This record gives sequence, structure tokens and C-alpha cells, in this order.
Amino acid sequence: MIAEVGAFSLVLALALSVGQVVLSAAGRIRRSPALAGAGEGAALAAFLAVATAFAALMHGFVISDFSIANVAANSHSQKPLLYRVAGTWGSHEGSMLLWCLALTGFGAAAAGLGGSLPRGLRASTVAAQGVLGTVFLAYTVFASNPLMRLVQPPVEGRSLNPLLQDPALAVHPPFLYAGYVGMSVVFSLAIGALVEGRVDAVWSKWVRPWTLAAWSFLTIGITLGAFWAYYELGWGGWWFWDPVENASFMPWLVATALLHSAIVTEKRGALAGWTLFLSLAAFTFSMLGAFLVRSGVLTSVHAFAVDPTRGVLLLMILGVTSGIGFALFAWRAPKLGQGGLFAPISRESALVLNNILLAAATVTVLLGTLYPLIRDAMTGEAISVGPPYFNLTFTPLMAALLILLPAGPLMAWKRGDLRGVVQRLWVAALIAGGSGVLTIALVSPKKALGALGVALGFWLIAGALTEIVERTRAFRVPLAQTLRRLVGLPRGAWGMTLAHLGLGVFVLGAVFETTWKLEAAEALPIGGGLGIGAYEVRLDAVDPVKGANFDADRATLTVTRKGQPVCVARPEQRLFTAGGETTSEVGLCYQGPSHIYLVLGERRDDGAEPRWMVRAYWNPWATLIFLGPGIMALGGFVSLSDRRLRLGVGRRRESKA
Amino acid sequence: MRWRALLVGFAGALCLAAASDPAERLADPAKEAQARSIFRDVRCLVCQNESIDDSQAELATDLRKIVREQVSAGRSDLEIKRFLTDRYGEFVLLTPRFSLGNLALWVAPFLVVLAGAGLLAARLRYRPPETELTATEAERLQRIVRDETY
Repeated sequence: MIAEVGAFSLVLALALSVGQVVLSAAGRIRRSPALAGAGEGAALAAFLAVATAFAALMHGFVISDFSIANVAANSHSQKPLLYRVAGTWGSHEGSMLLWCLALTGFGAAAAGLGGSLPRGLRASTVAAQGVLGTVFLAYTVFASNPLMRLVQPPVEGRSLNPLLQDPALAVHPPFLYAGYVGMSVVFSLAIGALVEGRVDAVWSKWVRPWTLAAWSFLTIGITLGAFWAYYELGWGGWWFWDPVENASFMPWLVATALLHSAIVTEKRGALAGWTLFLSLAAFTFSMLGAFLVRSGVLTSVHAFAVDPTRGVLLLMILGVTSGIGFALFAWRAPKLGQGGLFAPISRESALVLNNILLAAATVTVLLGTLYPLIRDAMTGEAISVGPPYFNLTFTPLMAALLILLPAGPLMAWKRGDLRGVVQRLWVAALIAGGSGVLTIALVSPKKALGALGVALGFWLIAGALTEIVERTRAFRVPLAQTLRRLVGLPRGAWGMTLAHLGLGVFVLGAVFETTWKLEAAEALPIGGGLGIGAYEVRLDAVDPVKGANFDADRATLTVTRKGQPVCVARPEQRLFTAGGETTSEVGLCYQGPSHIYLVLGERRDDGAEPRWMVRAYWNPWATLIFLGPGIMALGGFVSLSDRRLRLGVGRRRESKA
Repeated sequence: MRWRALLVGFAGALCLAAASDPAERLADPAKEAQARSIFRDVRCLVCQNESIDDSQAELATDLRKIVREQVSAGRSDLEIKRFLTDRYGEFVLLTPRFSLGNLALWVAPFLVVLAGAGLLAARLRYRPPETELTATEAERLQRIVRDETY
């Protein structure tokens, strides 16, 4: 019964979304606040209806109702509760429902919070968001309905892929989707602005918080995914330039560019066209990601629920929605004004450079992902684009961006003072140079590129702190005054500093880990050992253990340094009883920010006594790789809590009047 | 997201940094290092976007054996890679070649930078026709002065 209520709610949500489009559009055309208000009500109701459907599906997963086809295919009664809940979005159908939940949720929030927007823009935006909701809900209802019943329900479900039964991955999709779909509001706002033919400070002030929220969620989502890959896959890597990773990275890059260009549009009225373009592009890349990942065009070897029919449908949705968006852009954008003038050395120019480099980086990732397809379609020749390509193209572009980064926030608007910026950054440059020299002197083996990377990381961190020092006039005015200024700093400033600082922390971790990681592997008998860097690893025992839905071999590995015990790690090799898959559970020893990463491999019975493959990695500073993006996302949320973003320009003007 | 997980996960289940297996290793550390660096650029043809350095698939094991044999025989990286592309086509190398067919792939990112720089230069030279502030500009100016800059 509950599943039927859910299925009905889903259809109702589709009808309400259609109503949202019709009412809001009519409200805009007839300039009727009542009709527009009804459209906003429909947006809220559509969200509630999708939430009901989502709750019904989740209920089905929690009680293991295998008469629902989706639950039977993706759940198992022995699974722990967390993974039964996470199973709701673990399948194609369920994740599309999550997508719709986020889409209508953001739509309802935009409709409900839109009080500070001009009426016309508000109605157009709600209508555009309604179109997106209609399209994706129609897809979910007709092509990918997760609430269908089975005529003959099985006694037991087919379970979720055990690799996905992991806490980080259970919460990874909601964050990722909140990020992807958060861009839809920005997309709708851009459509609204194009329909109204007006891009002003009120509009850009609205674009920024939505972009910030989506960007922060996306940052967390990608980081959780990378962290999961790091400790669950058991080969020590965290980013593989895999098409599926790239699919989530492209919207992130575009959103980052948009965050920066929107500042110029808001503060200086310039770059309005470009900001609009990026607003459309961000959600287009989100949809492209959904299409790439779901249609299977890039994963020819994979047979996982690759459904060409659905792929074609998603491609059509992508083509039509973004096609309309960009057509509207081509038609209306040339009429937008150019905005304020600025000199070559200015904050505007710095932000434009940021956008050029981020755009080039996005093109790199896009080409690297799609070029094998394009080449194959055009000439029939198959080529591979792997990590070496990205190292040669993406990395130098990013390095250029990071070198320029600390100068940007210190530049004045309109006309900056290069000499002043250099004067303010010399301490940061000294710290960066010093850290590079120290790295060369202290870290062996000596690697110049690695030392440069470390210097770059410290350059970013010191540069971010310089910004705070400048704003508080630390070391130049009495301490009390500095502290007073520090407390009085707007949250937006803290947010920016945290985001830039987090980037520096990430760069340090990424550079250190990739440059100086060590690897060792041996087939060890019980009592045998292997050396990794300064550490010795000894295999003490391998015992069978029984989990909730798996059997495992658990190794006890003692790590010592110069004879002194450091830690005990217990990596596992798990065999899942439901599907027969094996996974490996990594053992991690934290040594400050560095990890000793231990993996138990297969048993070998070729010698006199049984031996186990044990692989050990020394991953120096690896914690920073995941901590850095965490700080960046925190910066996003801190910035989002800034009063100036919450109170729209319009509302403030009203309160003054 | 499930598909991301499946993709990496599937590969991961089959392929666990296989190249470090002591049973396969070459005795000479310098030669072994050379072999490993080649592995990282050779695609495991039956896996999904995986180098033979990571893959435990049978084909990857065979390819590693071939590469190690050729490294022991003293052949250069270039010779070995040519041997592999003659046998399996360009698809086997993870670094796309610098060739005419791949021109767009290698050049486009840097063209974007150049185009962007050109547009920026044009924008910097742009002068609006009117010299006086219009009413909206004056209002915007006031707003900028009032708002604290970031």
C-alpha cells in the first residue's frame, strides 16, 4: 500500500510540476501575482509529493519489501540498516528519484525564498525550474520508475554491490546530487534573467549563494568519493582520471569559475554575459555527467545495467534543455551591457584570468573524456586518453592558476597596484621558497618537481593568511585593534580565505603523496615481515571472522619502527555470502598526516607453509588530500552564512525606504 | 553515485596493484623500475581504463611478462612501446600520440587560454561611447561605494 502511495505521489509530482510551469508562466505573462504565487505553491507541493515517494521507497528498503522490483534487485534482508537506507539511492532508478527530490527541493527553496527578487524574474525562474522538474519527473515516472511492484516477489533480494556497502559511499550520492542539482537553480535563474533581458546586482547577488551551496555540496561529494576509492579499492590511489570521476569534476570546475565571475558581475556589473553562460554551463555539465555515467557510452566493457534506451532519453533531455538555454543566450545576451571599465592590473582582470584558466582546464577534462569517442566516431580508430595526458595538460594550467591565485584577493577593483601586491606578498613568497628549499634538503629522494609542488602549496596557504593579515592590519597596529578587526571581518572574507587555504592544504597532500609514496609487496608466511620506508610490518596471524552478511579473513599486522611498536592494523579480505563477491578492507595506520596503508591479498599454497600476499604503502601526508577539500567546503558554508548574502539587495533597499 | 562506484569498484575488485607481485619481479632494481614506468602507460585492454600496472587480469599479467622480458633484453622504452602499438594499435598506450589526428586534443586547452587572453585584451581596450555617468551607473556607483568590497 505504501509503495502505491509513493507511486501515486510521483505521478502527482509530475502533474504539479506541469502546473508550476503553466501557472508561473501565466503569472509572468499576465503580470498576476496571484497566478505566480500559485506557481510557487505548486513548486512546494511538487517537492512534498516527491519527498513522499522517496520516503515510500526508503520504507520499502528498510522493511525489505521484496515485492517492489527495485528493492528486490538491490537489497537484502541481512544488510545492516544504514546500507538498506542507502540502498534507496543505490540503483539507477533510486538515484534518479534522489535527483528529482533534490531538483524539486531546490525549486521549492528558490520559490519560497524568492521574496527579494523582482516579481518578473521570480516567476520566470520558478517556471524554468518547473520545466526541469517536469522533464526529469517524466523520465523517472515513465522510463525509470523505482516503485513498480513484482507479480511474484522473491523471498530474498539480490543485494547491493558489497563495494558500495561503506559509510562514506552511503552518504556520497546525496552530497553529490545536492551539488549537481543545486546548479539547476542557477540555470533557471539564468533563463529567468535572459527572458527578462536584465542582469543586475540583484540577480548576481542571488546567483552566488546558490552556486556556493551547490559548489560546497559537490566538493564534499567528490571528496567522499575519492576517500572511498582510496581506502576501499585497496590500491592506494584516490584519483584515476576515470571518465566517471571526470563527469563529477567538470561541473565542479565550471561552478568554481562561476563563483568567481559572479563576484565581478555583482560588484562591477561586468562580465554579465559570461556569468550567464557559466550559469547555463554548470547545470549542463551536471546533466552531461548524469548522461555519461548512466548511458554507458564510456564504459563499453561494463555490463552494469547499461541501458541504451535510457541513455538516449537522457541525451535528449540534455540536448533539449541546455539547447533551449544556450539558444536563448545567443538571442538575448548580445543586448546585455558591458559593465564597468577596468585596467589590465585589477581585481577584475585577475578574476578573468582565473576564469580563462578554469575554462581551459574544463575543456581539457572534457576533451580527455570525450575525445576517444569523437575520434572513434570520425575515423574508427580507438585511442586511449589516460592519466599521462592530464598530467601534461591539466596540471600546468592549474599550476599557472595557483601561482596567480594569492595576488587576486589583494588587487584593488578597477585599477590595482602591482607593486603594492608584490610588497604585501613577499613574506608569503619567502615562506614558499623556504619550504621548497627545505623539502629539497630534507626529503629523500630529492625530487625538484615535488619540491616545487610543496612550495606552491605553502604559497597558497601563506597567501591566504596574508589576506587576513592585510585586512586586520596585523603587525602594524596594536594587537587589540587587530583582534577587533579580526572579529569584525565579514564571513564572506573568512569563507574565501578558508577555501584558498584548503586548496593549499590539498596541493601539499596531493604533491607529497604522489611524489614520495612507497610501495612494498611480499608473500608472507605467519611471522614473516616486510620493510616499508622506516617501518617494519610483521604478519602475526590470519583469522577467520564472521560479519553481518560476509565471511572474512582478518590479518593481524604489527608495524614497528626501529624495534618499537607503532600500531596494529587489521586488513580484511571479505567474501559476501549473498552475491559471492570478494572485497578487501584496508588497514590504515595514521602517523601524523601520513598513512601506512596495508592490504591483505590472496592466500598462496605453493610452498611448504601457507603464505599471504601483503601489500604495504607509505602514503606521506595523505590525510591532507581529504582535509583540504573539507576546509574548502567549510569555507563555502561559512561564506554562505554571511548576512550580506542572505539579505538580498532588494530587501535591504525596502527596509531602508 | 552508484555508477562511479561500480566502475572504479569493478576494476578494483579485479585489479589490485598487481605489478608489485614478487613472483613476477625482475632481479635488477633499475630494470624493474623501467618496466614499472612502462606498465603505467600501457592499458589493460580487457579492463576498464586501467593500466597493466594495476590490473590482475590474465592479459595484463601476460603483457607485463612480455614487457619485462624485453626490458631484460635491453630494449628501450620507445622500442617496447612501438612493439605494443604494432601489436594492439594506439589504443594500448594511455598517453595519446602527438599526431595530426590528436591535434585538437593536445592543442585545444592552450587555444582556450589564447582565445581567452585575446578576449580579455579586447575588453580592456573597450571604451563606452558615453562619458557622463547615466542614472543607473550613478546608482550602481553608490552601491559599490556603500558595499564593502571583497
